[in-house]
Amino acid sequence: MTDFFLAWLTVLPGYVLPLLLASLGVVLSERAGVLNLCPEGFMAVGAMTGALICLAGQGPWLGVLGGTAAGLGLSAVFGLAVVVFRVEQTLAGLATVALGLGITGVLGRSHVQKPFDGVPRLSETSWGAELPRVLGQQTLMLPLALLLLLLVAWFLTRSAAGLRLRAVGEDPGAADVAGVDVQIVQLGAVLTSGAFGGLAGAYLSVASAHVWVEGMVAGRGWVVIALVIFARWRPLRCLAAALLFGGTEALMPRLQALGVDFPVYLGAMLPYVLTLAVLALTSTRRGARSGAPAALGLSYLRQDKH
Amino acid sequence: MHFPHPGPQEAPGRAPALLLRGIDKSFDGHRALDGAGFRLDWGEVHALVGENGAGKSTIMNVATAVYAADAGEVIVDGRDVPLRGPADAMAAGLGMVHQHFRLVGSFTVAENVALSLRGAGQKVSVAEAARLLAARAAELGFRIDPAARVDELSIAERQRAEILKVLLLGAGTLILDEPTAVLTADEAQALLTLVRQLARRGRAVVLITHKLREVAAYSDRITVMRQGRTVLDAAPAEGLAMDEVARLAVGEMPAAAPRIAARPGVPLLSIEGLSAHRGDGSRALDGLALELAEGEVLGIAGVGGNGQPELVDVLSGLRRPGGGTIRLGGADLLTASPAARRDAGLRVVPADRFDSAMAPGLSLAENLALTGVASGRFGGRWLVDRRKMRREAERLIADHEVRGGGPATPASLLSGGNAQKLLLAREVSDGARLLVAHSPSRGLDLRATRAVHGAIAEGVARGMACLLISEDLEEIMSLSTRVCVINNGRLSAPMPASEVTPERLGALLVGHA
Repeated sequence: MTDFFLAWLTVLPGYVLPLLLASLGVVLSERAGVLNLCPEGFMAVGAMTGALICLAGQGPWLGVLGGTAAGLGLSAVFGLAVVVFRVEQTLAGLATVALGLGITGVLGRSHVQKPFDGVPRLSETSWGAELPRVLGQQTLMLPLALLLLLLVAWFLTRSAAGLRLRAVGEDPGAADVAGVDVQIVQLGAVLTSGAFGGLAGAYLSVASAHVWVEGMVAGRGWVVIALVIFARWRPLRCLAAALLFGGTEALMPRLQALGVDFPVYLGAMLPYVLTLAVLALTSTRRGARSGAPAALGLSYLRQDKH
Repeated sequence: MHFPHPGPQEAPGRAPALLLRGIDKSFDGHRALDGAGFRLDWGEVHALVGENGAGKSTIMNVATAVYAADAGEVIVDGRDVPLRGPADAMAAGLGMVHQHFRLVGSFTVAENVALSLRGAGQKVSVAEAARLLAARAAELGFRIDPAARVDELSIAERQRAEILKVLLLGAGTLILDEPTAVLTADEAQALLTLVRQLARRGRAVVLITHKLREVAAYSDRITVMRQGRTVLDAAPAEGLAMDEVARLAVGEMPAAAPRIAARPGVPLLSIEGLSAHRGDGSRALDGLALELAEGEVLGIAGVGGNGQPELVDVLSGLRRPGGGTIRLGGADLLTASPAARRDAGLRVVPADRFDSAMAPGLSLAENLALTGVASGRFGGRWLVDRRKMRREAERLIADHEVRGGGPATPASLLSGGNAQKLLLAREVSDGARLLVAHSPSRGLDLRATRAVHGAIAEGVARGMACLLISEDLEEIMSLSTRVCVINNGRLSAPMPASEVTPERLGALLVGHA
């Protein structure tokens, strides 16, 4: 039993961290009022770009950086559409996902299934050889992700820029009158969400699988959207939700290996079922708040007559 | 330049706090401001008066750069600096308190103030903002909890928070848009006293209002706007005849609807033992009963929250009644669908027209046709006849003097009065046998109120019956042929309008009769 648990714990970060990283980006974007359905696309370009850079022999860390930049680049397209041209955010988000998946299909086709050296495990470094297996199998991405989580949580609740960002997501009119440039804040939030999504994608290929295949994001981007709703737009709750969703996902292959006959699809459904339950609870219980930013999904234009 | 009316406490030689000249502004082809002007001096309280849609709020939104003017100049404190947005206006010392407060609801008062101060370039923490707030509130003689969430404050408290915010931002000029509309009489008086106090200390204050009498006593000067133009420019309030000001604001006044004579015809509506519950399970209607005949207006007065919205919802078919009977001309409507009720001649004008009567995003023509499409008035089973819709809309817009848009204008762009006129035009048309009207003139100015009442009286003269549910006693008394009072979901015995006195009604309202 202990072995089973340790084995599960060892692989856990591989399932949890991509969800966590991408969800932090979605939280930032949506707390600024921009409905963000893009993570599947951001992660796809991030994963492919990271792998391509590694295959070109530029080293894993440059791959991680490149994947992050790719997510950022794709989010610039999304940001331009929704913030500058005020395209409906749901449609723009879905189009961005399609664009991201399309790009990876076209550019990455000839690089499928080629293994490369990804981010080294701690046990492979000169100083980490003595670490216990649970830690030794991890990469530096684990502390990095946790650091980013704390940074985002601190930013939203403690920093002045975080106050402005939340004001934009709750009431862009009030923020505008208070001297906040609504469009700049939203654009910044969207770009950051792209970077987080790209980083999450790069994690999949460069830090976890060490290979790229088309479609390797495999719906994680959609889980992220449900996860953010489940976490009610709070960064620290995102960690809890990522542990729950990722932890269950990590459990599936292990249970099967033990010979337990558990339908995989039920496990894959879990994030969505739980999210629906949270939504139903918060909308029926009086006084409960879903936590959704009040102006989520609305595009703001000062000259609107109200 | 010569200005004939110096302000009472004006520092000699000082440029006006705010000067607007020749302002034009159009929205989607509709001219909201047409060469309008405004002059505000330091140390004065200045009432900006006009009807709904006269352009009062619009010109002040131009002054504070919420809207960009199509033409004209804005000079703040003698400086002709272009203002590119509300933040610029704030930096120039113009603080506007909007009708819909610009506070983030899920933030605390202190967070809101910190947000604004930081936006203005001051490095202030939330804790410091809380201290500033408490100090300024104490100075002005009222209390506010800086740590309270804004959406948990009362309207009056929110307004004070907003005024404090604007003052802390260093506003020398305070512009209040319909500040008393949402306040009780006591709260309004406290606010107006506060405003006088601020003006005495050298600030300039604009009160935008259509309730002239309420603010006249507190104002030094009055500017009147009508249909986007300034028709009375900064006249001293002292010695000004208020009737004259009202005439200027309204222009030519439609006559008040003649009193409806009580000559009831055939019994039409019969309600017995009607009960209903609110969403939280409490009892809203408790064995309510009434009889109504053709050509009659039954006024249901009452303090808000005694079951009025539930009664309207039960009648329109949006709320399931707990029990009882509703018979309209012999047909049982208790559980009938809204469509069946409409077919039976039941028409409803709800208190909030955009809640369940009109769709703000649809055009006027579409809104007018909405209720007639099902019966095939605008085409067959599958298609709609757009030309017919348009012609019908043009006719109704002309007949009912709806201003501010044509058949293709979205309904959301109409002022409240015009939207209400349009809604009545639709409901009091062919086939209407019973009109249920809930506070039909709420928030409307005198001209629109008269038009709305006129439309109801016209329908009643044709034999329609009307159930008028309103908290406005003046409205009840001017339209009803019989009056009763709703109290805790029950109706008092109706009395003929001729026997109604304010005293008797007052006793019934508080439930002591």
